[in-house]
Amino acid sequence: MKVFSLAFLTGVLTATSISYAADITGTITLTGTPPAEVPIDPLMQDSTCGPLYDTTPTTHFYVVGKNGEFGDVVVSLKDAGGNAITGKSTGASTPAVLLDQKGCLYTPQILAIQTGQKLTVRNSDPCIHNVHTTSKAGNTEHNDVQMSGGPDLTYTFDKPEMFMKFQCDVHPWMFAWVTLFDSPYYAISGTDGKFVIKNVPPGKYTVVADHRKLGEQTQTVEVADKDVTVNFTFTVK
Amino acid sequence: MNDAKIIGPHARALHWFAVLTAIATFLLLGVGGLVTSHEAGMSVPDWPTSFGYNMYALPIKFWRGGVFYEHTHRLFASVIGCMTIILAVWLWLKDPRKWMKWLGVSAVLVVSSQGVVGGLRVVLSEDQLGIVHGVIAQIFFILMAAVALFTSGFWKRIAEGPKINVPGSLRTLVLATTILIFVQLVIGATMRHQHAGLSINTFPSAYGKLWPDTSSDAIARYNANRMEITNINPITAFQVILQMVHRIVALAIFILVAICAAQAWRNLGKGDALTKLAVGWLTMIVAQIGLGAATIWTNKAADVATAHVLVGALSLVTGALWCLIAFGRTVRVPAAQTETFGALGSFAGNK
Repeated sequence: MKVFSLAFLTGVLTATSISYAADITGTITLTGTPPAEVPIDPLMQDSTCGPLYDTTPTTHFYVVGKNGEFGDVVVSLKDAGGNAITGKSTGASTPAVLLDQKGCLYTPQILAIQTGQKLTVRNSDPCIHNVHTTSKAGNTEHNDVQMSGGPDLTYTFDKPEMFMKFQCDVHPWMFAWVTLFDSPYYAISGTDGKFVIKNVPPGKYTVVADHRKLGEQTQTVEVADKDVTVNFTFTVK
Repeated sequence: MNDAKIIGPHARALHWFAVLTAIATFLLLGVGGLVTSHEAGMSVPDWPTSFGYNMYALPIKFWRGGVFYEHTHRLFASVIGCMTIILAVWLWLKDPRKWMKWLGVSAVLVVSSQGVVGGLRVVLSEDQLGIVHGVIAQIFFILMAAVALFTSGFWKRIAEGPKINVPGSLRTLVLATTILIFVQLVIGATMRHQHAGLSINTFPSAYGKLWPDTSSDAIARYNANRMEITNINPITAFQVILQMVHRIVALAIFILVAICAAQAWRNLGKGDALTKLAVGWLTMIVAQIGLGAATIWTNKAADVATAHVLVGALSLVTGALWCLIAFGRTVRVPAAQTETFGALGSFAGNK
């Protein structure tokens, strides 16, 4: 009886705590006309990479839908005072994220992980790459060769950082930017401009939307027991 | 010791080997320039090995993309290193001038330090060392050109021939201009190792103005509208100002070299070797300004940017050689004695 009561009480408390976590959703929009993406001519001129394409691929600095839906915006939470949320990383127990080198380009180009979370880098190309990371926040720098079909490389980083650069020095047009958070409260807007930050505990927060070229915007929200919607509009001048 | 007695039976071969080494050094500057122009400085992640292999045994399959430039640059650099050692040993054994023996030793020390700095740049992943590496390369090129000059029959004729007074004001002007060119090269090396591409992508205007807006809003606007394929770092106000300084110094160099050429023409006559060298120098500077503009108009095309580096190096060496020749020919006589005795006396460097 006592065991049953204890289990029942635990279940009630757990259900109660879960019900107070909510999602922050929203849509990112771009207004104004972004500059035209440029063809990556050096890629086509490369004897190994060029044959992988029928047409010249372009840069993807601005991922914009026909109605202004803005992708590749990194959305995250800070506390009400605008300070980064730290010490809340669940990266160690979160599945690894894949960064692929395919068609002599990094895929995806913008991604976000938690500190302590594994990042798997794969070479799916028929040529050598080197994985060269450059950190401005004190994360360990790496410069590792990766042969075609060679084993995946796995990294973890322990310091939060916005847009840490990954590049291939063999193919100087190859870049990816990995953002590191010390909490699970982040998302990246998709090609439809939408994002979802899941299971946010109740409280007041600063929602931060960061685009690598257009900078940062913030809004404050209060999360209770219902989902909250926050939209952002970026403008190209 | 009089320079007239420096010539031994192997002097001509020694001189031509020195010339060959200087030319090879110039070519290495180009190969090294291509490494930076192609953003390939870190494409071989280790040193002194290459992907774990002995540098001379790197399989061909690795010679792709940026690795091709970095690896060939390392191989060529090792050839220059060997040539420098041979030259230094040759000078030590055959050149009777003590200062030339030690100049050869200095060359070995400089080229060795250049190799170490280049290697550390990779091992430590330190961009600032890339700038130092580029600057040492220029200094080494001057050194090699000087050795080629000092082992030449031309230098012998300067030592033996009648002294011709090159006015002190002209010598000082050329020296100062040469130093300014060196400063310009340091600025250029700093710009190239920002890995941010063109901080100003228009010429002759700067974002449509004589002096660009460098406010934070303006810099944000420039970055928002930049569509770089390589050199992907965002530009900063410092980099924009640095390029403007580079442009202004280029204009100053052009004016100063033009004055040098005019002064040489007036004081030494149009047939004098130093006058011809000064006119050639001016032509070089004009070409260099054209290459600088072309670097911007071609969005920093690797071959154009590298040509800009090479002509810059030639400009520096030309000024340095002009100074060496002028100081070698000049009589160090006080002004009052010059009027009385004309071009007599001896140059202390001949001892």
